[in-house]
Amino acid sequence: MTPHMLTRSLDRGATIFLLVVAALGVLIPLSNLLLPAGSFLQVPTYLVALWGKYVCYAILALSIDLIWGYCGILSLGHGAFFALGGYAMGMYLMRQIGTRGVYGNPILPDFMVFLNYSKLPWTWYGFDMFWFAALMVLFVPGLLAFCFGWLAFRSRVTGVYLSIITQAMTYALLLAFFRNDFGFGGNNGLTDFKDILGFNVQAEGTRAALFALSCLALILAFLICRSVVSSKLGKVLIAIRDAESRSRFLGYRVESYKLFVFTLSACMAGVAGALYVPQVGIINPSEFAPGNSIEAVIWVAVGGRGTLVGAALGAIVVNYAKTFFTSGVLAPYWLFMLGALFILVTLLLPKGIVGTFSAWREQARERRPAATTASAAAEDGITEPKMAE
Amino acid sequence: MPTKLSARFCSFVLSLFLIAFALPAFAGPFEDAVAKFANDDFSDTDEAIGVVAGSGNKLAFPIISALQDGRLMADPDTKKVYVTGTDGKSIDAATGEAVASVPDSASAVRLNNRLRRSVDAALGSLTLQSPDLVARLQAAQSVFKSHEETALDPVEGALAKETNKSVKTALGEARAAILLFKSDATEVQKLEAVATIKARGDQDALALLSDIGTDQPASVAKAATSAIGSIQSSLAVWSSVQNAWYGLSLGSVLLLAAIGLAITFGVMGVINMAHGEMVMIGAYTTFVVQEVIRTRYPALFDYSLLIAVPLAFLVAGGIGVLIERSIIRFLYGRPLETLLATWGLSLVLQQAVRTMFGPTNREVGNPSWMSGAFELGQITITYNRLWILCFTLAVFVILLAMLRYTALGLEMRAVTQNRRMAASMGIATSRVDALTFGLGSGIAGIAGVALSQIDNVSPNLGQSYIIDSFMVVVFGGVGNLWGTLVGAFTLGVANKFLEPVAGAVLGKIAILVLIILFIQKRPRGLFALKGRAVEA
Repeated sequence: MTPHMLTRSLDRGATIFLLVVAALGVLIPLSNLLLPAGSFLQVPTYLVALWGKYVCYAILALSIDLIWGYCGILSLGHGAFFALGGYAMGMYLMRQIGTRGVYGNPILPDFMVFLNYSKLPWTWYGFDMFWFAALMVLFVPGLLAFCFGWLAFRSRVTGVYLSIITQAMTYALLLAFFRNDFGFGGNNGLTDFKDILGFNVQAEGTRAALFALSCLALILAFLICRSVVSSKLGKVLIAIRDAESRSRFLGYRVESYKLFVFTLSACMAGVAGALYVPQVGIINPSEFAPGNSIEAVIWVAVGGRGTLVGAALGAIVVNYAKTFFTSGVLAPYWLFMLGALFILVTLLLPKGIVGTFSAWREQARERRPAATTASAAAEDGITEPKMAE
Repeated sequence: MPTKLSARFCSFVLSLFLIAFALPAFAGPFEDAVAKFANDDFSDTDEAIGVVAGSGNKLAFPIISALQDGRLMADPDTKKVYVTGTDGKSIDAATGEAVASVPDSASAVRLNNRLRRSVDAALGSLTLQSPDLVARLQAAQSVFKSHEETALDPVEGALAKETNKSVKTALGEARAAILLFKSDATEVQKLEAVATIKARGDQDALALLSDIGTDQPASVAKAATSAIGSIQSSLAVWSSVQNAWYGLSLGSVLLLAAIGLAITFGVMGVINMAHGEMVMIGAYTTFVVQEVIRTRYPALFDYSLLIAVPLAFLVAGGIGVLIERSIIRFLYGRPLETLLATWGLSLVLQQAVRTMFGPTNREVGNPSWMSGAFELGQITITYNRLWILCFTLAVFVILLAMLRYTALGLEMRAVTQNRRMAASMGIATSRVDALTFGLGSGIAGIAGVALSQIDNVSPNLGQSYIIDSFMVVVFGGVGNLWGTLVGAFTLGVANKFLEPVAGAVLGKIAILVLIILFIQKRPRGLFALKGRAVEA
């Protein structure tokens, strides 16, 4: 009975969350574009870009929560998938610059001219077409996650070992992408973008549209995660999280389930990265830094591991705090706060904000008179078939 | 006796000067040669260099070195040559007499590349008899490289007088180099020269032999070819030895950084992401100790590291116990949460150090017994790397002995093997936990003392080691100190052997990828503990 009530209350939370995201996705761009600049209700363009960044982080947080919260895989290298998606998009944007670059080369991006490339490396073929780049945004992180996961899960690398080798993976990519001769812009990364699908990246309209698209992507990602975790597959994932060996002994092919959800999660992270890059205007190797990936994990922990709404909220709350504190006089103390957040959340708030809140509500409900509980149970009976689907 | 001699020598030189003064019109070959610098003709200048360098005159060295630096000024009208000192004062090159100022019509004597070589050779032979041992050795080396025929007489002269063994060898090699390139040297002389150069056997010898030209007698050319072959193969061996040494050195650094982790992660199963910060705290302890010594007791500087080692152990160990009591003990059995909390802790510690000591690198000095290097065959071994290797092995042995033979070590092993049984036997498990964690952290602090000698002491010091340390422990096998030892040295040596082939960064990436693949094959590391547990 208890899990049903939890699911239902989350369902309500999920609905509210989706409505809020949809409303923001429509209202913020409209207010930015239609209201006169400087008016009280007008959202300035820089805020649109900033919130667009938060929304991308929220998608990344969802992808981490999907594997950590529901399958117990703690990846400390999810920033790598995010950055790879970002690089795929960045490569498309670089190819769009064309002759408007500093060196005016129609084919080669500026940094390649600078490094004396005579022709385009094969890795850059096709990135002048948007559909190809969009495919790569899903395919490259997905392929890496598939290969990595296939090797790791098949040989039953679990727990902290998996965490450490995912960290080594993103560290290795960081070192590789920092190299100039790796062909992806070296330590400067890719930047100086001009336009996307023919629209100027810097224009207000484009930024507003990108924000709306990010919100749409967040909603879609949420719905995909939701349908995965509430399906029968999701039940198996939770079983694997709680008792991996027992699930294996019961006849489930644990590694296949894990591989599926890990790859799906990597693709989502890639999409988040791809939406992130045109909004911040740069992608460089520091996105691969192991610290970034761990920070993304803490967003999920703050919001509530195993609650999808919590993951997205955690990403937004922590990043809002980061922007707030790193821009003022408190800037030198931000790392203290972030560090303390890691420690306090794991010690005192292991379920995160949303998890603690729903546990608290559940307790309050149990203390209510029996009659109310009975009617709640009846409602549960109605919702049950829906859940079994 | 020596003072008397030198006094006599001085008076002799003085009288020479007086003669020079008294008879300015009676110009000797030295003065004639000096005047040739004023002709502004490259072949005259060359001739002048040869005569001046061979004259044995006291002014020869200042003149030639001034020529090299463009400080030799010549007046084409009066044919007078002046040496402008680095301090701006000038002397007449022919007499050594101080002059008030160099006339405006004088300009610096010009050189071309061929002359520059003669100048180098001349300077080389001039310093061959310098009283300074290092200067003589360097002069002999520079003659070896330039092998100018004009240097043959000075080299042979110096060789006859030389008493120091290493300088004598160097001079012999220089002589051999000259003879090898001298067109009128006999075949026997040349063959001997090849043998001498072959015995030297380094990169310079190889370069010299490879460029002897085609106009050599057949027997010499053949001897040279075989010498090149044997030098090359011995150099290849030496370069492997050097790689192995670098690998051992890197391995010792890795082991030092990982050995504390082998205790906390390997024995206790606690993921301590703040381990690197314990290393950093050890390094900063060294910095503070050295600062205090510098300002208060400068005489103790050579003992600074000996003082820093126990202090760093206590400071880092104390912080470790504090961390265990306040954070980690609440998280036993939740490894992923421990990982996150200790990561947060590492951010806090880094920022705290940044606030206290500033974000820039701090200077930590090497005590005299750790600076410098010595040569072993063809490789150079620096004392600090050697000491760190010895120190690491000592720490390893002490730690191993501690776990094996002391009461605390016994209790630690008991608690890790079966916590509840140990508790039933009366072991205070929570005390053992705190002490074990403190021990691991303290050893990280000691590692910081050693690493402060070879790395930048900055708040980010720890972060650069944390991933490598985890790789070592995971590769070697968790819960096994011997595994950590083998893992560290294997990774260090593999890294250094890959570096020349693939480059430093690609080599490192290759190692990371290899470890990731290795973990697929042996998920519990090289030396896995055998047990019945399905899940660790």
